Amino acid sequence: MRHHIVLRVVAKLLIPLILLFALYVQFHGDYGPGGGFQAGVIFAAAFILYAIIFGLESARLVVPPTIIRAGVALGVLLYAGVGVASLLLGGTFLDYSVLAHDPLHGQHYGILLVELGVGITVASVMIAIFFTFAGRSR
Amino acid sequence: MVIAIAIVRMRDLFATVMLTGIFSLLSAGLFVVWDAVDVAFTEASVGAGIVTVLMLGTLSLTGKSEKTPAYSPTLPLVVTVLTGAALIYGTLDMPLYGDPAAPIHQHVAPRYLNESYGEIGLPNVVTSVLASYRGYDTLGEVTVIFTAGISVLLLLGTTRRTKGKSKDDREEGEKP
Repeated sequence: MRHHIVLRVVAKLLIPLILLFALYVQFHGDYGPGGGFQAGVIFAAAFILYAIIFGLESARLVVPPTIIRAGVALGVLLYAGVGVASLLLGGTFLDYSVLAHDPLHGQHYGILLVELGVGITVASVMIAIFFTFAGRSR
Repeated sequence: MVIAIAIVRMRDLFATVMLTGIFSLLSAGLFVVWDAVDVAFTEASVGAGIVTVLMLGTLSLTGKSEKTPAYSPTLPLVVTVLTGAALIYGTLDMPLYGDPAAPIHQHVAPRYLNESYGEIGLPNVVTSVLASYRGYDTLGEVTVIFTAGISVLLLLGTTRRTKGKSKDDREEGEKP
C-alpha cells in the first residue's frame, strides 16, 4: 500500500470526519436516529479503514490489542454498573430515575451512560474481530 | 429479489459478498421508506458496512470461488420451499401494514408514544424504549456481542502466543 497516494490522502481526510460522525451519532442518539450500536460500528469502521489503508501493524500501534480487549469488557461493565448503581441508590436494577434528584435528569444520565457502554463494547468487538481475521490471513 | 437470485446463482464469492452488501443497502432504503430510521441506520452500518468487510476478511482466509457441492440440492430445496410457504401462509393472518387496530398498536405502544416524553424526557422514542423501558433486553444484546468477541479472540486470537498466560486461562474457564 506504499503507492496508493490518493487512497492514503483521502483516508487521512475522511477518518477524522468518520470519528466525529460516530461521536455525533453516539451522543445525539437521544434526539435523532442513532445510538450506541450504530456509533460503535461507525467508530470501528474508521479504524478498520485505517488498518486496510496503512497496514495492520500501524493500526495495532494506534489501538493496542490490550486496550481493545479492555474495551470489550469495559462497555458491558459500564452498562451493568449503571444498573448496580441504581440498585445501590434505592431503585430497581436499571431504573435510571434515582441517578439524579430529578427523575428526568436521572433517566437522561442513565441512557447516556448505557449507550456509551454499548458503543464501547460494539466498537471494541468489531475492531477485535477484524484485527483477528486480518492477522490470520498473513 | 433480483439481487437475491443473483447471490444464489453466483459462483464467484467475491461478487456474492459485494451483492450481499448492496442487498443490505437496499433493505436500509426500504426501512427508510417505512419510516424506521433507526433500523435503517443499523442495517446500513452493520449489514452493508461491517459484515461486508468481515466477509472479505473471511474470503482472504478461505478461497475465492465456491466449490461444486458433492450432494444433490433437491432435498434442501424442498425443505426451504416448504418452510417459506409455511411462513408466507402465516403472514396471511397478520393485520395489514399500518393498520391502527393491529394488536401491536394496542398493547404498550400508545403508552410509550404518549407518555415517554414525560417519563424519560427524550424526543427519540426509539432510544427511550431501547435503553430504558427495555433496558434488560439491550443489556442482553450487549452481552451477546461481548460473548461473540471473546469467542473469536479465544478461537482465533491466541494462536501466536505461548500458552499459560493467566488471563487466557481465566477466560477459557468461562467457556461452557
